[in-house]
Amino acid sequence: MDVRAQVSMVFHLDKCIGCHTCSIACKNIWTDRRGTEYMWFNNVETKPGTGYPTQWENQDKYKGGWEVSGGTLRLKSTSKAKYLPNIFHNPTMPTMDDYYEPWTYRYQDLFNSPPGDDQPIARAVSMVTGEPMEIKAGPNWDDDLGGSPIYASNDVNLSAVTEQQRQQLNALERLVFFYFPRICNHCLNPACVASCPSGALYKRGEDGIVLINQKRCRAWRSCVSACPYKKSYYNWNTGKSEKCLLCYPRLETGQAPACFHSCVGRIRYLGVLLYDADRINEVAKLPQDKLIDGQRDLILDPFDPKVIEGAKKNGMTDEFIQFAQRSPVYKFVKVWKIALPPHLEFRTLPMLFYVPALLPVLGSTENDIYKSNTKPEDIFHKFNEMRVPMEYLANLFAAGDVNKMNYTLRKLMAVRVFKRAQTVGDIPMATALETLAQADTNEKEAEAIYRMTALPTFAQRFVIPPLAREVAIEAYKDPQEHKKEAGFGFTIEPKRGL
Amino acid sequence: MLSILAQAASGWANLDEFLFIAMPYAVIVLFLFATIRRFIGDKFTYSSYSSQFLENKHQFYVAVPWHFGIISLFLGHLIGFLVPRGVLWWNQVPLRLYIIELGALIFAVSALFGLVNAVLRRVNNSRVRIVTSRMDFIIILMLLFQVLSGMYVAVFDRWGTNWFAGVLAPWLWSLFKLNPDISAVRDLPLSVKLHIVGAFLIFAVFPFTRLVHVLVVPITYLWRLPQQVIWNRKGRTPSQQQ
Repeated sequence: MDVRAQVSMVFHLDKCIGCHTCSIACKNIWTDRRGTEYMWFNNVETKPGTGYPTQWENQDKYKGGWEVSGGTLRLKSTSKAKYLPNIFHNPTMPTMDDYYEPWTYRYQDLFNSPPGDDQPIARAVSMVTGEPMEIKAGPNWDDDLGGSPIYASNDVNLSAVTEQQRQQLNALERLVFFYFPRICNHCLNPACVASCPSGALYKRGEDGIVLINQKRCRAWRSCVSACPYKKSYYNWNTGKSEKCLLCYPRLETGQAPACFHSCVGRIRYLGVLLYDADRINEVAKLPQDKLIDGQRDLILDPFDPKVIEGAKKNGMTDEFIQFAQRSPVYKFVKVWKIALPPHLEFRTLPMLFYVPALLPVLGSTENDIYKSNTKPEDIFHKFNEMRVPMEYLANLFAAGDVNKMNYTLRKLMAVRVFKRAQTVGDIPMATALETLAQADTNEKEAEAIYRMTALPTFAQRFVIPPLAREVAIEAYKDPQEHKKEAGFGFTIEPKRGL
Repeated sequence: MLSILAQAASGWANLDEFLFIAMPYAVIVLFLFATIRRFIGDKFTYSSYSSQFLENKHQFYVAVPWHFGIISLFLGHLIGFLVPRGVLWWNQVPLRLYIIELGALIFAVSALFGLVNAVLRRVNNSRVRIVTSRMDFIIILMLLFQVLSGMYVAVFDRWGTNWFAGVLAPWLWSLFKLNPDISAVRDLPLSVKLHIVGAFLIFAVFPFTRLVHVLVVPITYLWRLPQQVIWNRKGRTPSQQQ
């Protein structure tokens, strides 16, 4: 057993209001430079929808992630045999047109136009070429189902959904969507790291953050193709790829990452998970229906004395282990089992988990007559008539396993029934308790889930372990000296070469 | 340096000495000094500066024919330099000579095709034009000259693979042995001399262009482990895992 720590995340989708504050907070800090305008380390997608870049989940097109062939894991995009011939022209790399061409407006025209009969306008100009352009796509082009059914119906996750269900999805009274905020998953078996010919990408041992060494990146672009979540971006100006760094400079000083800190809906949780690094390869190779349980198994119990011993052997301090024990992520993922990883079938073992959105039936049409179903019993029990088909959610978060999704939603629903019985009282408590039992939970757990989802404080949501960067610095330099030398900005300007 | 220039100006014989003794040495020193200095001082700029992200379709017809062509030609020249006798042995049978000459010519056409497309793409595509520097155009034109002069030599000064072993390989070896002997090179036709001078000029500007990516071709990927984990913590050295 090789006990390692991973700073891990949970996003509670029921609380996401799709305001994009996270995206903006991130962009203002990290991607407001030339060449990065199109990058969104954090983006929020509307689901059903095709996402950003368009259809990123379609691995027949992009060949991201891993596949098992002949008992071994293989990158879909490159193999050792293919990487050299593909290095000149990467056949599965998305281009700017798959994302969007960033633009701004010529605001000066509003001031400088000569007097005339027409109102002056600010024309859109490309932030790449500076030339006037037609805006054809944006990072959120299908926000709130804009452009549907052209966009939403091209969602890859709809593959398991029947034609009838698809029709219902688009029926006006049943029209439904939810938001899907995405950052880098900081995977345990990252395809980007494995694909980098230069070895510029790496996972940090202490906290599992996946980073790109900007001095070693040589623009071979393999990570962009290999990442099935398309969370590694190519900076066309500096000739280097860049990705979400989980705001590690903030984490190292005890602050939550910018997207977490700014989250208006307070949907985000951050904490440490301990895992067994010896078993990564074995778990990533499991058959698809065993992946969810396999990944949960990989995550270790921070209260287990054997795990604590292993953690100490790998250099974790007592304080660090205490933070792992208090981790909200551990509770969501392993104890309550209500947070699921996105697209585990890509086999990168993502360490970002989602509590799926509960989308209750509020009304339906029968023979073209709208029928309201707002009675509490109906809201909570008409479970299989959820407006978003279970198969769709399962494709997104449960590697296609409807039972796993069912379990999660049932428990979330039961917590609501229980709290409704408690606070509103229009459901008999006996019914509520029966629902809890059916959903494999109990009063105590339901109360804990309620408290962590509805009432958590900042400190309960973000349990940021002491990353002790100063200890790492000590290894090669006096931290006080280092403090004087390091400051804001770059030691070397990230300027494009000749 | 000035005295060498003055000598060179004094006559054609001295110009040969300048071009085939002084310049190669100067270029080698410059190449080593400038690439190493850039690697140490400005490692960030060691990049292939791929523009595939900005334009995908035309890029295929630039990068693929060019790289396969030029790498094969470069390896051919290298073999001629390293094992000249082996090449002569191979060429004993005329059919084998024709195969190798024709093969080289096909690779040259491929490289030329790639270069011409590179110029067209960098001129015509507005996005790609933005990421094209002056040095990019200079080096593309130099490479264009080099491929064209090489093709001229291959067609009109036959058979290159044979006389390379007898004339150029000994001269290059003499340079490396620090005992330069240009007697054989002196009598080469102008086309070959231009091709040689062009090659050394490319090496001279090499450190100041995007060509430095050639020096960091990621061969180590073939044997490295898939996952890389780096530890910051005291007592743990950077290690690899899996």
